[in-house]
Amino acid sequence: MSVDFLIKKAKEIKIVIDNNAPEIEKLDQEIGDGDHIFNVQRGIKLVIELEPIIKDLPMSEALNQIAMKVLSGIGGSSGALFGTLFMTMGKSSDIDVGVDYKKAINMFAYGVEAVKQRGKADVGEKTMMDVLIPVANCLKQGIENNKDLKDLMREAIETAEKGMLSTKNLLATKGRASYLGDRSKGHIDPGARSSQLMIKTVCESILNN
Amino acid sequence: MKKFINSADDFLKESLQGFGAAHKDIVTCYYNPNFIIRSKYAKKGKVALITGGGSGHEPMHGGFVGYGMLDAACPGFVFSSPSPDQMIAAIEKVDCGSGVLFIVKNYSGDIMNFQMAAEMMTGPSETVLTNDDVAVENSSFTTGRRGVAATIIVEKIVGSLAESGGSLVECKNLGNKVNKNSGSMGVAFSSCIVPAAGKPTFELRSDEMEFGVGIHGEPGRRRDKIKSAKEITNELLNAILEDLKPENKDDILLFVNGMGGTPISELYLIYDNARKMLDNKKIKIARSLVGNYCTSLEMQGASITITKLDQELVNHWDTPVHTAGMRWGM
Repeated sequence: MSVDFLIKKAKEIKIVIDNNAPEIEKLDQEIGDGDHIFNVQRGIKLVIELEPIIKDLPMSEALNQIAMKVLSGIGGSSGALFGTLFMTMGKSSDIDVGVDYKKAINMFAYGVEAVKQRGKADVGEKTMMDVLIPVANCLKQGIENNKDLKDLMREAIETAEKGMLSTKNLLATKGRASYLGDRSKGHIDPGARSSQLMIKTVCESILNN
Repeated sequence: MKKFINSADDFLKESLQGFGAAHKDIVTCYYNPNFIIRSKYAKKGKVALITGGGSGHEPMHGGFVGYGMLDAACPGFVFSSPSPDQMIAAIEKVDCGSGVLFIVKNYSGDIMNFQMAAEMMTGPSETVLTNDDVAVENSSFTTGRRGVAATIIVEKIVGSLAESGGSLVECKNLGNKVNKNSGSMGVAFSSCIVPAAGKPTFELRSDEMEFGVGIHGEPGRRRDKIKSAKEITNELLNAILEDLKPENKDDILLFVNGMGGTPISELYLIYDNARKMLDNKKIKIARSLVGNYCTSLEMQGASITITKLDQELVNHWDTPVHTAGMRWGM
């Protein structure tokens, strides 16, 4: 994984998120306050705009710049959570000497753990953690068992989709949807949907490579 | 959407620039990152009070920066938490070495961002978390009660203590005491419209109200048919009193707050209904506040806040304050 890879994936994610924007906005209007899609789109745009500044930087510094940009540019919960993800990934050890896929997976898992601490949300609370935590676990187990990378990517895509769909019947206990109580049931969480789309995009592009 | 607006992207910037220019005797605004500080530096050794939150609740919080209240406020995008870089930039300007007290409303985004700021800064800090909205029940199964209008009462009273030389821990303890002594509940007749979204956050029929609404248009306890002001006031008061359980001897502060789209005359009408009901319950109103202080863009609606007072709180409430949104005694 290189800084160039990160920027390319951000551009691919932008296309997928833009294509699904009306659906995500509608999900958020049902149980949130309707701004999630704007936050995600703004964040991706800002990351892509960083290209000339970060393209020649070491991985740790590039991730830290992405983190600070996302943190200040998105604001709100999304900014803090995605900022924490990238900041923590950038603090992983030995990433400036090259990142193979095993190291990349460990970085991601380390980042997801930090996001879990920051947001104090676990699986089952109807948030993006219902996608991120199972995917991180699946990827980590995969590399421990020396699974084939492409099989592992397919498994991650399935896990993300399952996690996203699982949020539909959950009762929200974190974030703004929690004020709805039982009224939050029956709707997919918009943050789970956007994270699932991002994971799917990255995994598919590795599959097709 | 009918708003005085040029473009949704410039909404916050233009509004802040106007605020800074109109009140340049009291505040100085900084941009990218956005924060508001007093135009006259506070005296050395004073604990710095820093708050922030999404924009759209004006005059909260920028309108309460000034002598006797806040040292700095960090406005986020509309209804979206500010980010740590704003707090850090504000801290650099206002921290006089006696520590920073963050006053934070209980929302996930605000908590996370202020927490990150506290981790990034070098000096000591403490946080007072406000959660006065009694509309949120079963709070152990949710993010918890929301911080709403009582945040302003906390800012005024702790602001007074900090001005008179209170330590960081004393300020924190007093803030927690005011929050614990306060309860609020609101009702909405119409939705707010977030400029970037361009349409109402929620739909209400012309004869409906959202009872227990949040200041971002979050759902309340239930949706109901509109009733008389007396009935609505009575229900709001009962919900708050049930939570606060004031005793006969308790003095209270009665605060009727407008959400932005309700005329002041209606707020005074609510106040009149409320004072008579409290009088019947032998609860003494020692201090009052009526007006648009903690708003929700153009939402038509109002909230009532009650704070149980003792002599310490009354004394700090009465001290001089000079901000854009609240001024007395000087």
